[in-house]
Amino acid sequence: MGLTSSILMSPFHLLLQQLANGFTIGAIYALIALGYTMVYGVIQLINFAHGEVFMVGAYLALTALLILGVAQPLTGVALAGVLTACVALAVGGCGMLGWGIERLAYRPLRRAPRLTALITAIGVSFFLQNAVMLLYGATDRRFPAFIPARRWEWGGTSLTLLQVVIWLTSGVLMVALQMLVTSTKLGKAMRATAQDPNACRLLGIPVDRIIALTFALGSGFAAVGGMLFGLYYNTVNFHDGYLTGLKAFTAAVLGGIGNIPGAMVGGLVLGILEGLGAGYLSSQWKNVFAFVVLVGLLVFKPTGLLGERVADRA
Amino acid sequence: MLRLDNVTAGYGTTACLKGVTLFVQAGEIVTLLGANGAGKSTTLLAISGLVRLSRGAIALNGARIDGLPPEAIAGRGVGHVPEGRRVFPRLTVLENLQLGAYLRGDQAGVAHDLAWVFELFPLLRDRRRQLAGTLSGGEQQMLAMGRGLMGRPALLLLDEPSLGLAPKLVQVVFDVIRRIHQAGTTVLLVEQNARLALAIAHRGYILEAGAIALADTAPALADNPRVKAAYLGG
Ligand SMILES: Nc1ncnc2c1ncn2[C@@H]1O[C@H](COP(=O)(O)OP(=O)(O)OP(=O)(O)O)[C@@H](O)[C@H]1O
Ligand SMILES: [Mg+2]
Repeated sequence: MGLTSSILMSPFHLLLQQLANGFTIGAIYALIALGYTMVYGVIQLINFAHGEVFMVGAYLALTALLILGVAQPLTGVALAGVLTACVALAVGGCGMLGWGIERLAYRPLRRAPRLTALITAIGVSFFLQNAVMLLYGATDRRFPAFIPARRWEWGGTSLTLLQVVIWLTSGVLMVALQMLVTSTKLGKAMRATAQDPNACRLLGIPVDRIIALTFALGSGFAAVGGMLFGLYYNTVNFHDGYLTGLKAFTAAVLGGIGNIPGAMVGGLVLGILEGLGAGYLSSQWKNVFAFVVLVGLLVFKPTGLLGERVADRA
Repeated sequence: MLRLDNVTAGYGTTACLKGVTLFVQAGEIVTLLGANGAGKSTTLLAISGLVRLSRGAIALNGARIDGLPPEAIAGRGVGHVPEGRRVFPRLTVLENLQLGAYLRGDQAGVAHDLAWVFELFPLLRDRRRQLAGTLSGGEQQMLAMGRGLMGRPALLLLDEPSLGLAPKLVQVVFDVIRRIHQAGTTVLLVEQNARLALAIAHRGYILEAGAIALADTAPALADNPRVKAAYLGG
């Protein structure tokens, strides 16, 4: 990843390395982007507090590790147990958090002007950031690396076990979500709610519960993203949700907001752009690329890559 | 089965129902007729819970249902095929029908009713994988009715099911209403086509400016000079 290795690498292997790194962070962006896009798809609301939910997910996973006293890589049953505990606490906690945000912050405002909901989202974000800061402090917290530090090398390109874990986790979750949305009763109800909530009510579909479940589901995906983010960067900070949330939002817009496959593609494309930018231009400018992409999109192609009528594909 | 007592309701501050009283007995077809803007659709929406009452009461099988959320009223066996079809345009025909059975757990019963809906509207079977938004207006009307039937309602509210259909399709729709009724469903029918509605119904109500102006058996209404002049074209 670093400069020292890239000096020694052939251009081809350097490219491979940047692609692998970009693909990894892109997979995390995609997981978070799904939450923005699902909520927008169902009720045309951009949940700007979603980045903070992701950050809380990272801290909940950290909490599980602190409770269990994990400080180093694990294997076998211990690894499986710790992973389960992290996922359970992060996904369960964020699922409830997402549910609660919808119930308390957005549902009472469903008929209010858009700006009201936006201001509320900012309020929720500040609340979550400050709550985490008070509980865990304002400085970076180390996130124990409990995945074994296996790595494979090929002509200077290296790939870690953690990267593979991130790819597989994201891949499996995205396929599962796509199946849920296209083939299950809940998924059909989500898409129908996006298209005509009152017609849904006449059929007995509990629209409010479907909307709350959409928030909970998107928040669960963000929580997994948070855990993977902590593992990948080895530290977490209470304002990580802001920047990463904005990047994931960019990914969602890039793919066409409201469009689930679009969020996946958008996340990966943004991650790879960022990886290439960091590798070939300057890693200090890494965070700027996402916003160049966002501004460019909003100006030239606001419907995103896969988008025309995306708002109701959920 | 259904009873509305002095129902006053509307949108915002203006009441467009001003004390509607009517009843529907189990096994009946009752039609609600009236000019544009008389409040027919609003009456049905009040029954389904999408429009709130400001006064009055609605009871289903003796129990108050006004104030319940629409999904709970649907859960008590009230089906509503709304004005303007309101199918889910970017879901397939089959998905629309499946969502009609959202509240039901009996897989076998749902499969049976799906077969029945396809028998009533064979065209829907051929197009079951097509997006509902790509159906013609008449086909969408059939889908909306089929979707309403998939919930196996005890009471079916139909809001202008023949609106905008070619005469042949109008016949199909009224035949289906007859068959639904024979299968044991009670029907409250709002129609522009007063002649056909009175031919199929047992009783009828005439709604004028948000209040019931006339209530009688269907044959008596069809013979009533006032009704003839206003709704049956003389
Ligand atoms: N969503 C709404 N908001 C405000 N007013 C409405 C709304 N829907 C209907 N109205 C008004 O309520 C009154 C009754 O409307 P309603 O739709 O019940 O009439 P209708 O008898 O069904 O007419 P039509 O035969 O044209 O369907 C009308 O004056 C209409 O303008
Ligand atoms: Mg009407």
